[in-house]
Amino acid sequence: MADIDYKSRGSILNPLRNLSFLTRKPVTLPLEPREASANYRGFHLNDWEKCIGCSTCQKICDNEAITMIHIPDLPEDPVRGVRARRPAIDYGRCCWCGLCVDICPTASLSLSREYVHTCEEHELDSYFILPDPHGMHRKFYGEGWHKTADEDLIDLKRQEMPEQPAGQRLQSFGEFVQGYDMQQAIVEASRCVQCGMCHDSCPAHMNAPEYIRAIWEQDLEEAVRQIYRTNPFAHVCGRVCTRRCEAACSIGVRGEPVAIRWLKRYAMDTVGHERIREIAGEGRGDYLSGGRVAVIGAGPAGLTAAFDLAKHGHSVTVYEAQPAAGGMMRYGIPSYRLPYERIDDDVDVIRAMGVDIQFNTRIGRDISMAQLQADYDAVLLAIGLWNGRSTRVPGSDHQQVRSAVELLREITLDESLPVPKSAVVIGGGNTAMDIARSMARLQLVQHGQANITVTALEDGAHLLADPVEIRETAEEGIAVLPGRGPRRCMVDEHGRLVGLETVRVVSLLDEQGRFAPQYDDDDVQMHVADMVIEAIGQQADTSLLGEELIEALEWERGRLKTDAEGRSSAGWLWAAGDVVTGPDVIHAVADGHRVAASIEACLGRERYANG
Amino acid sequence: MRPENYQAVSHPPSHEFELNIGPNHPGIEGNYALKLKLEGDIVVAAKADAGYLHRGFEKLMEGRLWMQNIALVPRICVPDPAHMEICYALGVEMLGGLEVPERAQWLRVMQLELSRITAHLFYFGGAAATMGMYSNMFWGVADRDLVLDLFEEFTGGRVYSMYNVPGGVRRDLPEGFIGRLVSLLDYLDSRLVDYDNLFFTNYVMVHRTRGTGAMNQQQALEWGVTGPNLRSTGLAFDVRRDDPYLVYDQLEFDIPVEQAGDALSRILVRRNELVQSIRILRQVAERLPSIGGPVRCPLPNPLAWNVPAGESYARVESSKGELAYFTVSNGGDKPWRVHIRGPSQMHGVQVLENLCIGARIEDVAQIIFTLDACPPEVDR
Repeated sequence: MADIDYKSRGSILNPLRNLSFLTRKPVTLPLEPREASANYRGFHLNDWEKCIGCSTCQKICDNEAITMIHIPDLPEDPVRGVRARRPAIDYGRCCWCGLCVDICPTASLSLSREYVHTCEEHELDSYFILPDPHGMHRKFYGEGWHKTADEDLIDLKRQEMPEQPAGQRLQSFGEFVQGYDMQQAIVEASRCVQCGMCHDSCPAHMNAPEYIRAIWEQDLEEAVRQIYRTNPFAHVCGRVCTRRCEAACSIGVRGEPVAIRWLKRYAMDTVGHERIREIAGEGRGDYLSGGRVAVIGAGPAGLTAAFDLAKHGHSVTVYEAQPAAGGMMRYGIPSYRLPYERIDDDVDVIRAMGVDIQFNTRIGRDISMAQLQADYDAVLLAIGLWNGRSTRVPGSDHQQVRSAVELLREITLDESLPVPKSAVVIGGGNTAMDIARSMARLQLVQHGQANITVTALEDGAHLLADPVEIRETAEEGIAVLPGRGPRRCMVDEHGRLVGLETVRVVSLLDEQGRFAPQYDDDDVQMHVADMVIEAIGQQADTSLLGEELIEALEWERGRLKTDAEGRSSAGWLWAAGDVVTGPDVIHAVADGHRVAASIEACLGRERYANG
Repeated sequence: MRPENYQAVSHPPSHEFELNIGPNHPGIEGNYALKLKLEGDIVVAAKADAGYLHRGFEKLMEGRLWMQNIALVPRICVPDPAHMEICYALGVEMLGGLEVPERAQWLRVMQLELSRITAHLFYFGGAAATMGMYSNMFWGVADRDLVLDLFEEFTGGRVYSMYNVPGGVRRDLPEGFIGRLVSLLDYLDSRLVDYDNLFFTNYVMVHRTRGTGAMNQQQALEWGVTGPNLRSTGLAFDVRRDDPYLVYDQLEFDIPVEQAGDALSRILVRRNELVQSIRILRQVAERLPSIGGPVRCPLPNPLAWNVPAGESYARVESSKGELAYFTVSNGGDKPWRVHIRGPSQMHGVQVLENLCIGARIEDVAQIIFTLDACPPEVDR
């Protein structure tokens, strides 16, 4: 373009140029409704089916425009990580930045292609809206700004945990999961959106958001402090927890959940043991209550209760039949998953609180229940499930048909057990995987090669074991055959066990959802083995109570009947742990806290009554 | 005038009187006031009164996460928000050592130049309106709206784009966008002829603005004048060329300069800058399709994002002059301090006060508008 000649007054004919406007459209636009662009940031849409009420949108909102509203009709399920809450938007505050959409862990939020909202005088509160998938005015204008895979503000991939390769880890019972380093732990902790789903789903309601945040802030002592507020078995739960937290994690809806268990392990492994002991002891009462409590069984439930009670100044004695503490954690979980030293560390912290543990003392043999009742104000039964259940198929009474829990105990006690050249395991749970993998390691040492098969009733998608364990089992070359039911243990004419015969499972549950397996009798398989190992469940050995007490107590389907706080029908006896809740460390810890609170309340009442 | 800014004058000479313009006045840009001391219709002194829009942006930023601030900063300057968000992002990227992908850099340049065009179209409208030329104002606003349509298409928002995050931009272009951009540029080119006929060569405009509110280069430098206002005094300084950021060093453009330093020069510099912006955008439209890759570098979870401790000074050439963010991080998840060096602070207060002296009342509005100060940016 030529430079402007602003000195020119122009020509008298210049106005004629404007005639061209007669043929042109007006510059100002006619006021007709126009469609918003495909990317427009209009009003919020929220897919209630996808939304889990995690409140991450509320956290990123820089105008505090979002309020989480409780909707009574919606499902509330902490275990699945679902809250009956949905975001409501105050359009007096919203600035339509769309960060809520970009961060939404479930991708349920988006913005519509709608321009206008106005209201009548009588509906001034119509600027506070609970978005749903239908649009703000019951008219759907289409989805505008929405999340796409590469525009996510959430990191869906977790930090990979360094592990020994399968071939190497089979060589020993040493721990093969190596733990995060500082960088990995900080990055992993930074993925957390602090929604607290993990806290709600954890049986012990651990302060996971708080300790994850502390790890991200590199304040590991604070992390340990938060961990010890609810769980004295932090080393153990940092390794073998069933991780209800991770199942509920909101990042896990579309990606891999935050590795909460490994973060706990990182904090516990990094802070020195002496310091952990000091932190755990913070808040311990500097008085003696005079209350005396006996705990039977030094497992997670018993020791958690002992830890809590000792913290409150009660004198606690734990009676343990085995030579070391830990219960099923030590005698049921192989050391490649949970090294014994880590249990020792946890137990040492508990003992430092003043808990006295009497080892090699079996109640019923060394001390009677009547004696305990006489000597203590309260007795807690936390004996776990130590007896394996049997399939009772023909031949299962053979001496080479063994129970998995028994074998695992023998391995821990380092008893020289005869290792079969080949074995077949019945069961699809964690115990089945544990014994199979332990046996494989022993076989490698003794026979130079592992030969072990796992048969499970459930199909591959419904195996009861942790998916990680199933993966690791497969990596270690152990065949897992799902959908096979045991028919009989085969014994040859010399009385030697030769293997297990299984049939294919057609269905496992009947129409009412009860356990009633149906088999296809034509599909029979023979698994040759020198040993059959049953890992189909455990039960408690309650013989220690003595016949008189067993008669006196109330029972429910073979389990000791307790009230909601764990107290049995005999007022002085409480029960906790696997014996009440079934096998799981974190449930046992939660149970230990619950029962300790009940005992504490009861002892407090007695103290008060006695002046 | 608000009480805290009021300085009582004991007994003004009888031939002087005071006139308040603003904060609500058609001749003032936004919520902003001028207190004039007049002798007849000649201004003998002027006092700028800012603060009506003070929202404490710099303080607010200290309480928000690094990511949350992207929704706050564009609001500091309504007519030209893109420069605010990109300058903030550049500062955080310097601190965090974030590598912005090449495609994102080109997209940012596109956003910046489109934003400059909207700001200048707005400016022409405002400046014309002070001389009673309302057709030009309607045209400017209507044509600006066409650019805003493009903004809506690629950023999701018409005025406050909130399109950038530290580390890149939030979305890639929608399909067919470049074609629509080019046809808009063609349209703007064709409209320039109309604007020239209507306004830039308009006899009335030229004679009303020539010599009005003039400053020389030395004064401009002493007063901290930057941007088109400085270039209207004959100094060709432009951050885009003299301290290039993004991909401006790969682009060809001229730096329009005028010599007189008066209202007319300021208008003409901007008119010629519009041409240069269109020229830059044509180059962007040509290059963008050949540049692939992501539009954002990987970022941590915005709720748990610590930016390394340190200080950064990022500067860009906004439509109003040199804009800079001085950002200090103490290693936390929020800025420890952000200071914004906005061009309007100088243009709207000290320069305006000086240029008004000796002007006639009816020229004051022209001086205000041609300096193009943005009151919310003065107050921030």
